[in-house]
Amino acid sequence: MNNKEKTLFVPDAPFRPGDKPDFSSLDLPEAGSSDKPDVLVNPSEIRDLAFGLVRVLGDNNKAVGSWDPNLKPSVLKEGLRHMTLLRIFDDRMLTMQRQGKLSFYMKSLGEEAVAIAQGMALRPDDILFPSYRQPGLQFVRGRNLVDMICHCITNSKDNVKGRQMPVHYSWKEGNLISISSPVGTQFPQAVGCAMASAYKGEDNVSISWLGDGTAAEGDFHYALNFASVYKAPVILNVVNNQWAISTHKNFSSGNATFASRGIAYDMPSIRVDGNDFLALYSVTSWAAERARKGEGATFIEVFTYRAEAHSTSDDPTRYRPKDEWKSWPLGDPLERLKLHLIELGEWSKTDQNKLEKELDQLVIKSYKEAEKYGTLNEGPWASEETLFEDVYKKPPRHLRKQRQELGI
Amino acid sequence: MAQMNMIQAVNSALDIILEKDSNVCIFGEDVGYFGGVFRCTDGLQSKYGKHRVFDSPLAEGGIVSTAIGMGINGLRPVAEIQFADYIFPAFDQITNELAKLRYRSGGEYSAPVTIRTPSGGGIRGGHYHSQSPEAYFTHTPGLKVVIPSNPHDTKGLLISAIEDDDPVIFFEPKRLYNGPFDGDHKKAALKWDTHPKGEVPEEYYSIPLGEASIEREGSQLTVLCYGTMVHVAREAVKLSGIDAEIIDLRSLVPLDIDAITKSIEKTGRCVIVHEAPKTSGFGGELSAQIQESCFYHLEAPITRVTGWDTPFPHSLEWYYFPSQERVIEAMKKTMES
Repeated sequence: MNNKEKTLFVPDAPFRPGDKPDFSSLDLPEAGSSDKPDVLVNPSEIRDLAFGLVRVLGDNNKAVGSWDPNLKPSVLKEGLRHMTLLRIFDDRMLTMQRQGKLSFYMKSLGEEAVAIAQGMALRPDDILFPSYRQPGLQFVRGRNLVDMICHCITNSKDNVKGRQMPVHYSWKEGNLISISSPVGTQFPQAVGCAMASAYKGEDNVSISWLGDGTAAEGDFHYALNFASVYKAPVILNVVNNQWAISTHKNFSSGNATFASRGIAYDMPSIRVDGNDFLALYSVTSWAAERARKGEGATFIEVFTYRAEAHSTSDDPTRYRPKDEWKSWPLGDPLERLKLHLIELGEWSKTDQNKLEKELDQLVIKSYKEAEKYGTLNEGPWASEETLFEDVYKKPPRHLRKQRQELGI
Repeated sequence: MAQMNMIQAVNSALDIILEKDSNVCIFGEDVGYFGGVFRCTDGLQSKYGKHRVFDSPLAEGGIVSTAIGMGINGLRPVAEIQFADYIFPAFDQITNELAKLRYRSGGEYSAPVTIRTPSGGGIRGGHYHSQSPEAYFTHTPGLKVVIPSNPHDTKGLLISAIEDDDPVIFFEPKRLYNGPFDGDHKKAALKWDTHPKGEVPEEYYSIPLGEASIEREGSQLTVLCYGTMVHVAREAVKLSGIDAEIIDLRSLVPLDIDAITKSIEKTGRCVIVHEAPKTSGFGGELSAQIQESCFYHLEAPITRVTGWDTPFPHSLEWYYFPSQERVIEAMKKTMES
């Protein structure tokens, strides 16, 4: 039978350039409407969390419901500071990239809460396997800004010796594993890392992030299966920010939630408002506690929106409505946390302005200091002989010979 | 004839083949609505329909495996892997499945899949946007491996690759997309309209796979190269004053060993240039085949100029990328021995 009228179904994004984005059909439960289960719960009893949305910060900027982590104002202020710093840092780096000072850059705009809240909910000995869009983890763990910038401008003080493109951080002191460009590879590695913690009888957890697009890679599925089989103390996050470069999440998930995939692997699977600092903090703390108690992995869908281009090589106006982010019903994570602190009487617009000025100065000062160690275009970079280092622990004879051929 | 860069040449080949054969479909990451991160499929979805040119999930293994299935069921899929550096999740599907399907089924089944993928360095891409992994695939029986060096050849070879009933891996040296690049990154970038091979017929034409092209005739030495290195070699030869013959291999499998042999029988000397690392690189295979076919014509040892046996670096890119100077030095050394 050959019916020329029928052909292959190919999905599309809901809105394209020129369309007016309308997210009113999204099912967004009220803040506080889902109950926080006991950390020792049987996953089969909380399947509804894979289809709902854990939210703590309501539209009135108040924290509500059993998922409220009841954080002290000082902790909230620390979170706000990190998120503000991340946004200012990103803006500065993008400006410098446009001036040719960085070869490439990727921003976290609209997703700042992900790395900051989740990072803050962990212990310093928990091991991080981020994708390229969680640089904020380093702020949480106190990394020196100058060191981060030295990596981004690929100079002589870049701790990865100029081997990677910008934002591909590695930071051993902070338990942050080297970031790879091939997407998703870190997900099953985090599971293996967690298996090793269990093997050694340690109670630290591993955590990893990948995007909605990457949830189509085989590595995603390996990770869920191994995590489930070995009850690995790992937290696996899909950051569903709707877009993978130009590929809408409809090419990765159909109509099901990403979180629902975890149900088939018999692990707690929770969908959380990724623009809600408190909800993210709370769900991550819950998952970490459960893992430390030997109950294994938790799978989290972080529901958010990628407000910026994928990277400086991308032009999103070609494939989605301009300012689609402005229509995103879950708002701006930084703004929401700020308004919550104001609601609590712990913060003011003046405080925020002061903070922004202070952090802006800090970033500018750090950038200037980083440039003392060289720049991408003028050097100095890592020395020429480093080209042949770290391929192996010790360079074998053929590499020593090639180094001589290059005359260094 | 029209002026085209390599991106437009790819687009033109795909356009013609989509028009000509309704069983051709094109898919991969970002290739549909957006038209590809390098714009190679720009405008094709709106011209031919969503089911002919479409986006895929981010899953290279999924892209190649479904392409195999489509190929088995009568389609002629052209799959794009966004960067050659990202081809490895598909490695099993390419090397164990796509390459061996015809053989393992006793000739009953095959899948005429073409995999297009941008490769090579020179764009400040670090080791995940710069690799030249051709040797992994030339080492796999059942695959054809093609690497063009200019817009004219790109179009003709891509049409042949898609029309070929065997699977073809089609590497597109991304540094050449917008213009020829002779290895001197300090010079202003050239565009293809400065190069004779930027002239491309708008209509259908094909260039057979397995035929090398003589880039420059010469008598003293033979330079074997492909992709970006054709342009590096060309400039190096010009600066060296050596009357070298430059052969652009264009297709590594099948290899035009006759053209190579004929040239070396004439010159007696050979320098091989490629970007990929040296150890087990395609230069090793070329070197072995040359000594098998024309050892007694050789007047000097064959020399290889290649990337080092290290990952492709970011800040030290130009210490890695085979330079004109290294090619000149190798030619001189070969002339002196």
